[in-house]
Formats: sequence, structure tokens, C-alpha cells
Amino acid sequence: MIASSALPAEQKGRWEHFPHDADVGLRGWGATPAEAFEQAACALTAVMTRAEVNPNVAVRLRCEAPDLELLFVEWLNAIIYEMAVRNMLFGRFAVRIENGRLEGTLWGEPVDVERHAPACEPKGATYTALQVAREADGRWSAACIVDV
Amino acid sequence: MDPARFTCADGTTWRVEPSGTMRVPVIIYADESLIRDMDDKVFEQAANVARLPGIVQACYVMPDAHWGYGFPIGGVAAFDPDRGGVISAGGVGFDISCGVRTMLTGLSAADIIPVQRQIADSLFHQIPAGVGSESAIALDAAEMEAMLAQGAHWAVARGWGETRDFERIEEQGRMAGARPDCVSDRARERQRREMGTLGSGNHYLEVQAVAEIFDTRVASVFGLAPDEIVVTIHCGSRGLGHQIGTEFLKEMVVTAKEAGIALPDRELACAPINSEIGQRYLGAMRAAINCALANREILGHYVRRVFAHFFPDNELRLLFDVSHNTCKVERHLADGKWRDLFVHRKGATRALGPDHESLPAALRPVGQPVLIGGSMGTGSYVLVGEATSETKAFSSACHGAGRALSRHAALKQWSGRKIVDDLASRGILIRSPSTRGVAEEAPGAYKDVGAVVAAAEHAGLARRVARLRPLICIKG
Repeated sequence: MIASSALPAEQKGRWEHFPHDADVGLRGWGATPAEAFEQAACALTAVMTRAEVNPNVAVRLRCEAPDLELLFVEWLNAIIYEMAVRNMLFGRFAVRIENGRLEGTLWGEPVDVERHAPACEPKGATYTALQVAREADGRWSAACIVDV
Repeated sequence: MDPARFTCADGTTWRVEPSGTMRVPVIIYADESLIRDMDDKVFEQAANVARLPGIVQACYVMPDAHWGYGFPIGGVAAFDPDRGGVISAGGVGFDISCGVRTMLTGLSAADIIPVQRQIADSLFHQIPAGVGSESAIALDAAEMEAMLAQGAHWAVARGWGETRDFERIEEQGRMAGARPDCVSDRARERQRREMGTLGSGNHYLEVQAVAEIFDTRVASVFGLAPDEIVVTIHCGSRGLGHQIGTEFLKEMVVTAKEAGIALPDRELACAPINSEIGQRYLGAMRAAINCALANREILGHYVRRVFAHFFPDNELRLLFDVSHNTCKVERHLADGKWRDLFVHRKGATRALGPDHESLPAALRPVGQPVLIGGSMGTGSYVLVGEATSETKAFSSACHGAGRALSRHAALKQWSGRKIVDDLASRGILIRSPSTRGVAEEAPGAYKDVGAVVAAAEHAGLARRVARLRPLICIKG
């Protein structure tokens, strides 16, 4: 029996998976939109593995979009692309957002099937249940459904 | 959902008339219990589809429906280009041309059981499955171009498949009108090392035995007999389709606004069929269909290679290969007139009735095989298209059991290890690189596939021919 509270990477209040009929919803929180994006990226990796991902290799990427919500989907899709073509998993993220432009750094390592035992591969981030917003407590959250 | 919000004439047709900005009704085919178990979002999403420009007749929803992104999974919608109709990247989904193929082995369960474990191990070894698995095939630029244009024909020309398969594949194995020039470099890069891979999630390869025959005449035309072994593959266009879906969704969100299309949900991003971007998506999406057809042909070849090792005198013949995430141009009778419509099926299977011109001669007297994937514990079904399906839902039927529980909920409820052990004790061997992936795909996370196909039959969408029980399941 796997209880979600026992999952090592899921730190209460940093990120979460929320239910969707067939796919998976993910949400990150942070003091800034950039931090919420970083945490949501951790949630994306946790769709695939709960094992530790060593930050051996750094990959830099840029993306842009007309608004923060579209930028969030761009960010997740950019990570999905890098994971797919490099056959890597990423466990640490740094994001800077300025004027609708995002600069991100992903730290990770090549997939190790034995050690990471990866489950579902994300196909793409969707615009469904997409929300980037400031919550009542002042924190930012970033969420959407990811197709797996 | 509360059945009271619908009018129901015959027990399986649930209808809501258009209101507000809905252009057409929503019609859901299901029994009352399936309706009750569906999330309200299924109706909300179907009603949103009914608001899109140029939609014809109704937004139809199949009995296995659950809420998706944009369109409900199990949604069917046709659009008329002459009445401002649209094409929607969200209405096809990320896994373009995801589908099912079933191959006949001519073997019986008694032939398989003594070597069941060895076959399971050999298939798991031969077929790249799951995240991090690597294809033995790497495509250079010229090969990529040829694959995108020629589909399964490309695979067969390279020795991965058989010419006689073509007539048993939709579009005879090659989608016409594909435009590789509309496929981005990033989409190509994602596919370069992914040909002949199964993927993950709900994709699988199963060795199954025919457990029950419902229609002896059709079963014999299909080549299905009690206890016979078949092999079924469920997968799609892999990274290429995912990237095309991602890129066109993004572009259509912007262009829809410019074209004055009000999107009730951004995930419904679409473009007029008669627009530059609409045509470009159509060309790219068709190239992705070819990628899926080539991919399933290669996987079929790998299966043949494994079976040839154990049964050297045996041939595997293709029963059928059918996609359930597509947009196809088809001629349908709508509002009393024959029209060329752009039929979106997202998690719905084309189900052509008898005498349809696109069926091969051997199948024409009975209709098209409709392949329904169940869950790894319960089994799958082979149905046959019904003539009545044309007026019911543009010749469409369900595509699977449909999920009843989220992955999240499944993970909380089941352990992958225990599922593998329980199924093994029932004679079903699971091979997967991820026990968590198995837990997320637990048989209990799916609806009762028997109820889904019974509802499809009652509604006149497709008729049951055979039930298949799994013996081996390779999960990504």
C-alpha cells in the first residue's frame, strides 16, 4: 500500500498532484510565480519517479508567452521536450521570469530504469485546469492537467 | 452525473438540447449506471464542443467517456468546412492516431501455456516499453521524411512487416494528404529514436485467448475461435504526435482569437478548416497518423519475430489496425445531404458497418472489426461495426473500458507488486519496468468493460463478437 503522505518527495505545501479521470493534475506553490513554476516542475518529475534524481548535468532553456498562464504551459512543455530528447530526468529547477520571458535551468541525469523505475511519461501540458494565481495567503500557485 | 438532466428515449441515448451558445445537442450513449458514474465535467466538456463553429448534428459521447482536456475522452464531433467548420488540435489530442491492432496467431491456449513465461520474458526483452527504453532504430532526415509520408508502407519496405497487412489497416496503411513539411524539427527530434517503442501509461501489448464468442458467423469471418490466441497492441505516434499536438495547440490558441472564434476552454483551440493553419495542422496530423501506423507495424513485426522463435511454422495475420485519436475527412449523410465532414474522434473508434467501400473484400459482408482494450485483469472485446452506427454517431463506437479512478486514487489504493502477484496467480503474467505504473493502471481503476460494450451494442454503435482474456501483458 502506497500512501501519498509517505511519498518522500511530496513536501506538504510545496507541490501536489491533484486527481483527473485519466491524466494527472499538478500544482506548485511559491513566494513568486518563478518559485511556483519550479515547484510544479518537481511535481512533473514526480509523475514519473519518486526516486532521487542526481543533479549531474545542467540544461538551460528559454521560453516566452503572452501571459503567465501560457508561459507556465510553455515551461512544462519545454521540460517534457528536454526529458524526451535527452532521455533524462530532472530533479532541481531554477526559474527567472522577466517581461513574459522565462529562463530556466534544469539539473538532472540520464534515466536509469533500474533505479528510477519510471512510471508514466508525460505527453504534454494542457490548458485544462490551467491557473497561475496569487492565493489568499499571498503565495503564488501554478497548476494544470498534464496528459500522460 | 445526474441522469435527470437528460432526456432518455431508449435506455442508452441521453440527450440535452442546445441552450445558450450551444449550436447542437449533446448525445451520450451509455446505460444509466455508466451515466451516474460519469463526472459532470464530461457533459460540460461535450457542451463546450457543441459551441464550436460548423459542428454538425450533435456532439456525441461514447459509453466509456471520462473527462479529458478540451474534448471529453470518448467524444465524437463532425465539422463542415462549408459552414465555417473548424479543425481542433485539442479534439485529436496529444497522442495522435493512438490505436489498437490485433493479430491472429492460429495457436490455441494449450500451445501457449507451456511456454507462457518464456514468451512473456522474450516479448518484454524485445519490445522497448516505458520511459528510458531505447529503440534499435534511429532515423536520419531522409528516413524520417519517408516514414512521415508512407506510414506502414515505409516500415514494410524496410523489412518490418508484411505487405498483406495493408488491407487490414485503416487507410490501407498510408494516410493520404500527409505533409511532412508541416512537421517541425522539434517533433522530428522527439521521434528520431522512438520508432518501434510501446510508450507508457495505458499503452500495452497483450497475448490474449478468445474466452467467449457472441456472434459465431462474424467471429469465423474475423478468424476468431474459442481458446484461440491473439496478440493485441495499444499505442500511438509517440513523441512526434505529442510534440505536434503541443505546438499546434499553442498556435491555435492565438489564431482562434484572431479568427474571432470564442473558445469556451483554451484546450479547445481550433482553426477554420479552410485556413492556412488549419490546413497545416491537417498535413502534420496526417503525417503523425503515418508515424503511428508505422510504429504499430514495426511492433507487430517484433511480435512475429518472438513467436517465430517459439513456433517456427506459425504465421501471424493481422485482424485489424484501428486508431481512436484522429480527425478524418469522411462522407456522411447529415441533415438530409451527403457532405464531406471532418470527423474528430478523441478516444472513440471508427466503426464502419457492413458494405462500406473502404473495407477489404473479406470484411465487407460483416463490417469493420472494432477493437476495445479493457484492463489488464478483466479482458478486452472485439466488436463489429453496425449499419445503425452511421446515423447514431457518424459510424463511431467506444475505444476502451474508460477510467473510473484517477491515477492518483489508484496509487493510493493498490500496490503494483501485489497486482502483479495476484494476476500471476490467475494465470496472467505482467511484465513492466515500473511497479508504480502497474498500480496506476490497476484493473480496478477502470470501468466495467463488459458494461461499456453492452451499452455500445444496445445503442446500436457496434455489436459484440468476442471477449478476450489476457495471458501476458507488457506494460510500458
